[in-house]
Amino acid sequence: MSSLRIIFIVLISLIMSKPTYAKNPSDLIKEIVDQASMILSSDDPVESKIIKLNDIAERSVDINGIGMYTLGKYRKSISEEDKSKYQKLFKSYFLKSFSSRLVDYTDPKINVVSEKKVSDKYTIVNSILEANKGRPEVKIDWRIYTKNPEKPLIRDLMVEGLSLARTQKEEFNSVIQNNNGDINSLFKVLEEFIIK
Amino acid sequence: MKKYLNIITLIFVSNMLFSIANAGSDGSLEIETKSSSGEINDCFEKVNRGIFAFNQGLDKVIFKPLATGYRKLPQPVRSGASNALGNLGNVVTIPNNILQGQIKDAGVNTLRFVINTTLGIGGLFDVASYYGLEKREKEDYGQTLGTWGVGEGCYFVLPVLGPTTVRDSLGSVANIMGGDAWYNVTMANDTQYFNDADYYLSRVMSGVDFRAKNLESFDSLERTSLDLYSSVRSLYLQDRRKKIQNLDGITETLSDDDWEEVDAQ
Repeated sequence: MSSLRIIFIVLISLIMSKPTYAKNPSDLIKEIVDQASMILSSDDPVESKIIKLNDIAERSVDINGIGMYTLGKYRKSISEEDKSKYQKLFKSYFLKSFSSRLVDYTDPKINVVSEKKVSDKYTIVNSILEANKGRPEVKIDWRIYTKNPEKPLIRDLMVEGLSLARTQKEEFNSVIQNNNGDINSLFKVLEEFIIK
Repeated sequence: MKKYLNIITLIFVSNMLFSIANAGSDGSLEIETKSSSGEINDCFEKVNRGIFAFNQGLDKVIFKPLATGYRKLPQPVRSGASNALGNLGNVVTIPNNILQGQIKDAGVNTLRFVINTTLGIGGLFDVASYYGLEKREKEDYGQTLGTWGVGEGCYFVLPVLGPTTVRDSLGSVANIMGGDAWYNVTMANDTQYFNDADYYLSRVMSGVDFRAKNLESFDSLERTSLDLYSSVRSLYLQDRRKKIQNLDGITETLSDDDWEEVDAQ
C-alpha cells in the first residue's frame, strides 16, 4: 500500500513539474530559450542534454507541419503509406539535427526584442543571439503558428532573414529531383543521417 | 565617359538576354515567375556541383585554415580590419544608393565614409557611429539591377568566388567597368598611392573576414545537411532576394504557398 502511495506521489510530482507553456508567442520563445540555456550550460552529459532539448522541441515545434512543408511539390503525389513512413523518419531526422546544432553552444544568450502579428495564423517573434568572442550578434526571427492560440507552435526560424524551413525544403526537393523524383531516395539519405 | 556608356550597354544587353531567357517554349516569362515565387533556376547543375566540390576543397586547405588563424587575432585587430573593409565597401554602396533612389542612405553613407576615412584612420575605427550615423545595409550593382526589375537568371557557381547568378555577375562586371572607385584607384589606373596588390589583398581579406565570422555556422550546416550544395544555393538565393527587397528590421515572411497547402490538408 505504501509503495502505491509512493508511486502516486511520484506521478503527481512529475505532472506538476512538467513545464506548461505560456500562450503568448514572445513568452513561449522566452521560456524555451531559458530552458535550453539552462540545459546547455549545465554539467549534464551530452546524451542527457540531447534528451532534454528534444523534449522541448517535441512540445514547442510543429514537427509534422514542417515535415509536410519540406516535401514541397512532392507532397501532392506521396502515398499514404509513404507519408506515414516519411513523418516518422522526418521526426527522427529533425530531432537529431536540432539537438546536434544546439549542443555545441555552451551558454547562448538570446534576447527577445519584439513581436509582430502578421496574420491570424502567424506571429513573428524577433530575437537577438548576443555576440561572442568569435562572431557578431545574430538576428533570429521565430515564425509562430498561432491558429490554435492555446497551443502556439514554432514553424520556422529565420537566421538573419534566411528561412531554415525553406532551405530544408529546397534541399529535400533537390535530393528527390536528382533521383528522378523517387521519394525513396530521400528516405535513404534520411535513414543514413539518423544512424550515423 | 566611355566606361559609363559600356555599363549602360551592358545593362541593355543583359535585359535583352533576360528577355530571350525568359521566353519559354510557350513564350511565358519563366524566369521572372520562378524568381518571384522562390523557385530555383539552376541551369548547369552538374557543372556547378563540380565547381562547388572544387571550391569546398579550396576552402578546406586554404580559406578555413586562414579564417581559423584570423580568429586567433585579438578582437580589436579583427574589428579594425572588418571596419576598414566595410568602409571601403561604401564606395560601391553609395552609387547604388543613388541608383536605387535611396538618397538619404547615400548621404549618410557618404558622411560615414568621409568621417571614418579621416577621423577613423582609414576606416579602422567606426567614429561615424559614435556621432549617430549608424551603419546602413550594403548595396551593389546586382541588387540595383534587381530593384530595377531584372530577373536573377541562371544560378551558377564560379571557381574560387562561389555562388552567383547571371544578374549578380553582371553587377560584378559593372564594378570593373568603373563602378567601383576602389578598383579604379588600385587596378584600373596607375596611381602613386595604391597598386593591384592592395585590391587583391582587400578582396582576400573580405573573404577571410566573412569566413571567420561564419566558421561555426558553416560547420553546423555541413554536419546537418543532406545535400550541402543545395543548402548553400538556397541560402545564397534567399539572401540576395532579401537584400534586393531590402527586408530588414522586422522580417516579413516571404509568400510561400506551401504553408497554405499544409494548413489546408
